[in-house]
Amino acid sequence: MRKVTVALAGNPNVGKSTLFNALTGLRQHTGNWPGKTVGVATGSMIKGDTVFEFVDLPGTYALSGGSEEEEIAAEYITSGKADWTVAVCDGTALERSLILALQVRALTPNFILCVSLMDEAERMGIAIDEKKLSELVGAPVICMAAGRKKSMDDLLSILSQRPQSHMPLLLEEDTVAEAEHIARQCVRKTEDKQQTWRLKVDRILVSRTWGVGILLGLLMVLIWLTISGANVPSQMLEQLLNSVYDLLQHWLYWLPDWLRGILLDGAYATSARVISVMLPPMAIFFPLFSLLEDVGYLPRMAFLLDGGMRRCGGCGKQALTMCMGLGCNAVGVTGCRIIQSPRERLLAILTNAMIPCNGRFPTLILLSGLAFGKWAPLAVGGCVIIGVLGAMATSGVLSKTALKHTCSHFLMEIPPLRRPRIGQILVRSLLDRTLRIAGRALKVAAPAGVLLWIFARFGWLQLLGDILDPVGILLGMNGIIVLGFVLSLPANELLIPVILMTMTGATTLQGVGTGDVSSVLSGWSLETLLCTMIFTLFHWPCATTILTIQKETLSNKKTAVAVLLPTAVGVVICIVLHFLFQYLGG
Amino acid sequence: MEVTLDRLPQGIPATVLQLSCKPELSRRLRDFGLVPGTKVIARYRSPDKGVTALEFRGTVIALRTRDLKGVLVSWKCGR
Repeated sequence: MRKVTVALAGNPNVGKSTLFNALTGLRQHTGNWPGKTVGVATGSMIKGDTVFEFVDLPGTYALSGGSEEEEIAAEYITSGKADWTVAVCDGTALERSLILALQVRALTPNFILCVSLMDEAERMGIAIDEKKLSELVGAPVICMAAGRKKSMDDLLSILSQRPQSHMPLLLEEDTVAEAEHIARQCVRKTEDKQQTWRLKVDRILVSRTWGVGILLGLLMVLIWLTISGANVPSQMLEQLLNSVYDLLQHWLYWLPDWLRGILLDGAYATSARVISVMLPPMAIFFPLFSLLEDVGYLPRMAFLLDGGMRRCGGCGKQALTMCMGLGCNAVGVTGCRIIQSPRERLLAILTNAMIPCNGRFPTLILLSGLAFGKWAPLAVGGCVIIGVLGAMATSGVLSKTALKHTCSHFLMEIPPLRRPRIGQILVRSLLDRTLRIAGRALKVAAPAGVLLWIFARFGWLQLLGDILDPVGILLGMNGIIVLGFVLSLPANELLIPVILMTMTGATTLQGVGTGDVSSVLSGWSLETLLCTMIFTLFHWPCATTILTIQKETLSNKKTAVAVLLPTAVGVVICIVLHFLFQYLGG
Repeated sequence: MEVTLDRLPQGIPATVLQLSCKPELSRRLRDFGLVPGTKVIARYRSPDKGVTALEFRGTVIALRTRDLKGVLVSWKCGR
């Protein structure tokens, strides 16, 4: 077998990853390179007697080493590790993306130009003269479009040829001028019937009058669909996993009681609970969010919200990561990679956990219902707003104190709105986000379940609850609730079940039915309910998010700050609320 | 008529004459292809006017309006 290594380089959002996914399918893996926070995906495919190893370099606009991404890409291309480097260009903006392609050509002789999004370009009335382009660039050119398989085969047949190893053309070239010259000769633009229409829609989407309203409306629909749509599948999944539990009990009768307890009532029951509550909302939220991403709405959202975020020392892209946080804070933290400035990226990472994620919505909904009755939906909305304001205020304070620095430049491409590619959205959002997060959550849920079972079995839950009671009362809650927050570290979904277990003395999560939740919690005062809601918004991030923060920042100190910061905010608000209630009550 | 890019009216084609931003920003703008001679249109501004979406070389790039103070452009009046 012959091995051919191929690097993919290109601007962000030019369909580089689409090409990568189409080539490698599921045989891929994203890893951080030593000392780097930027993930690089590698994947392979086998054709005939050749193994193609693809390296999806980070998307950049230049290779001059201005950022970590550019450094990684430039280093890899010059290292000679790749037999071929494919520069992916955007067919709808050939001139702009040629600038980078020509910089790639200056670094390596074994270079192929791949023009993607050709279907999109044709729709916009753009025609590209492939032959001329190849002549002027001095490299093979392949034009690609979604759903056209032939060009993929053409690409592979070029890649399987042995590259002629010349020295790269290390000339100080004016790539901008050359890109302009080449594009002028190869691109023909006929009238774009959709352009006026596109401009009109765009003008409405980012307008002062409608823009923010449309944005809030979309977010509300997104959250509403996630919450209401997840109920039924969550229940079905829970029933299914419960019947598996019964089966396992039946099959494993020969195990000693304690071992069965640890495995089934501990590890399995907790994991099943986490999965059934966590998976359905994520499987709804992330495809919908990816849909907004794919049509190109997200950059427009960042454009609209930059004003507000700038006042808090951040940038519009932080607003996007906050929206991702609504789905899952771990995803939100990973999403902070889109923010170029290290300072603003850190701001966004440190405050992301203040945005209530899917795992906390059920708690907020339940408590809102108990505290506000029919006004509960408004209260849940209020919680989201309080979370967002908390994150913004903390960003603002941080950027004026510990992370003081002038605001960085904010450069962001706003791609034309385009038709979404539904199949790809589903596959990528389910695989890359939902399943990966669920997998990571399971890794912490199972051991936590074992611990929980042991605690419950020996009656330590109540004991610990009693010990924590003074702290709990100071925070306007009680010891059992604080214990619940501590033990739900693996996943926020566990909070209410753990509290119920402790209050009712049940030893398994299965032991507490969902029906009697309200009756068990009906004894809670308004103070307890409010403080628990506030602490649900502002406390330590879940274990999955903490691990993700560690991975993204590569710093234990920053991770510690990310844990302590929201906790401090929650503690302060709760103590203030507690004394306020005491003052009003007494 | 010559103005800095932050003050270019929306939807009017202009040509970049000169870049005198900080080196880091100049370099980033060049990476995107915004150099003297580039034709540019200010497409839209964000609600608080803090961000401007510029169209040039077939793409739209959003930039902070105040960062555009160092970019001098010329445009024709009365079109």
